[in-house]
Amino acid sequence: MKKELIQLQHISKSFDGNMVLDDLNLTIHENSFVTLLGPSGCGKTTTLRIIGGFERPDEGKVIFDGQDITSLAPNKRQLNTVFQKYALFTHMDVAENIAFGLKIKNKPSNYIKDKIKYALKLVNLEGFEHRMPDSLSGGQQQRVAIARAIVNEPKVLLLDEPLGALDLKLRQDMQYELIRLKNELGITFIYVTHDQEEALTMSDHIVVMNQGYIQQEGSPEQIYNEPENAFVADFIGDSNILHATMVRDELVNILGTDFVCVDKGFGENNPVDVVIRPEDIELVPRGKGTLPGVVTNVIFKGVHYEMDVEAGGYEWLVHSTRLNEVGSEIDISVDPFNIQVMNKPESEDEKALSVEDA
Amino acid sequence: MFTNRKTSFVMSSPYLAWALIFIIVPIGMVFYYGLTDTTGAFTFENIASIAQPEHSKALWLAIELALISTLICFLLAYPLALILARNKMSSDGILTTLIILPMWMNFLLRTLSWVTLLENRGVLNSILGALHLPQLYIINTPAAIVVGMVYDFLPFMILPLYNSLAKIDDAVINAAQDLGANKLQTLWHVILPLSLPGILSGVTMVFIPSLTTFAISTMMGGSKILLIGNVIEQEFTLTYNWHLGSGLSLVLMVFIVINMVVSMISDQGED
Ligand SMILES: Nc1ncnc2c1ncn2[C@@H]1O[C@H](COP(=O)(O)OP(=O)(O)OP(=O)(O)O)[C@@H](O)[C@H]1O
Ligand SMILES: [Mg+2]
Repeated sequence: MKKELIQLQHISKSFDGNMVLDDLNLTIHENSFVTLLGPSGCGKTTTLRIIGGFERPDEGKVIFDGQDITSLAPNKRQLNTVFQKYALFTHMDVAENIAFGLKIKNKPSNYIKDKIKYALKLVNLEGFEHRMPDSLSGGQQQRVAIARAIVNEPKVLLLDEPLGALDLKLRQDMQYELIRLKNELGITFIYVTHDQEEALTMSDHIVVMNQGYIQQEGSPEQIYNEPENAFVADFIGDSNILHATMVRDELVNILGTDFVCVDKGFGENNPVDVVIRPEDIELVPRGKGTLPGVVTNVIFKGVHYEMDVEAGGYEWLVHSTRLNEVGSEIDISVDPFNIQVMNKPESEDEKALSVEDA
Repeated sequence: MFTNRKTSFVMSSPYLAWALIFIIVPIGMVFYYGLTDTTGAFTFENIASIAQPEHSKALWLAIELALISTLICFLLAYPLALILARNKMSSDGILTTLIILPMWMNFLLRTLSWVTLLENRGVLNSILGALHLPQLYIINTPAAIVVGMVYDFLPFMILPLYNSLAKIDDAVINAAQDLGANKLQTLWHVILPLSLPGILSGVTMVFIPSLTTFAISTMMGGSKILLIGNVIEQEFTLTYNWHLGSGLSLVLMVFIVINMVVSMISDQGED
């Protein structure tokens, strides 16, 4: 296991009586690429600002390399931020922007010159030294912001939706560049996005947040294949999410039909959520599957067909390379291994209830 | 295109007429009077008369006092504007009340109230006397004129400063801190240069009326201290020498134009 670099311990933060983060705990390991993922307003930026020192938590501690830095000023922290809106200094040219942090630290001018050259090369902006930020495209400004941060050789780089303003092509290019940078520089990245694909592509470790709570954290594969609740399943890609009842271990009742599954430990006759990825559903001839249904809609998507199937009173989303025409009467069949059983999501109400029970 | 230009000309004609009657014509008249003598013959004498000791003394004193009050206004206004702009607590309501309210009062009245305050037996000295503190004999001195200028023109400094400071994105200031700058370094390397346009227009808007005023110097200086504005005023209202008054006005205009050109150039140098 890698060394623990940053720990957020019991962080709570509210703005004007609005709870934005509630008892948040998070550990970030050295040299990892950690992504905070969640819908708009879930507290990603606030978490990042607390790590950066721009926001003071109401409760809880920020530990950096074993030291409590909760009330340390941002300019004293060994990390740098790439802000959501770039925040370049418009009165300075590209070279001056990049040199800012080094000049503040009184580095010798030869060193600064070398660093500017090196950083511009790293972000593929050689020759842009004397351009003003206003004359650059969004992607170029973005890369200047990254160069400005990395020349300071921070232990940790915080990036707040750094690719949010870019078009798809540039976005993908930048994703590769960032991963390359991370590998070349060996610094820890804490990355914020609300784009699940970006998170799955880039991260070692994903933290899914909603309404100030961490819903699940783990590797991209874990998050995608084994979502712990309906929120995570829904947020990470298209899914069939259904209310179901756990009959007993390894048997779950979905829409009145019993399905064999592999999950245990959810009790007997307990309400649960079930997620089944569209690519994990097989359409088989009538009588050969578990649940009878009718294909109601088909769209060709290039790699696969996207089909809607009406079965058991629910509209199932199915991805398959084999076409079943609209109106086909088929059965739905799912490999037990591909049925993901989850507890109902943690909600404010439930929290309140469990407190009353205790 | 043609019709567009035609409509825009028709639409703007009242303003063009207004500008012609109330701006172009008076300036033309100042030039005419300033460059002629009583017989209507062309002369540079009115302008050259700035070299007379009493005129040049009044001009230099006016420039000196205008510079001092501009500097004081800047030093007072910048911290206030910075606090108002950065803390965002200033809903525009508070700002308006703070800054615009005194401007509702006629500026002659406002200046006059300072006379009452600063008079040798005025309000300030009664309070100082009651507290057994030394008296302040300041009325009828250049210092009193500066007090009047600062009080009257301070809002013209605060507003443009506030506007340009409020435009600076919090993220940019956070970025400076993030890169290791402390508060003072952030102010010096980021906030100050980014607010330069506001500084320039604030300086212009305080310097020019301070340079040309005659009302403030008359009231606070007790008619004993003559600024160039007073000299010009007297040429028009006492000695009725419009030619000389206009000639001196032209000299003053040169200084105003210099001030504006300088601020325009430094503003462009920024972008
Ligand atoms: N300075 C502030 N004052 C008041 N409310 C704030 C402040 N900063 C954030 N909030 C509120 O806190 C909540 C979380 O904000 P945050 O910026 O952390 O969201 P986010 O996850 O980064 O969203 P997005 O994806 O849109 O950037 C929002 O409801 C927001 O309105
Ligand atoms: Mg955000």
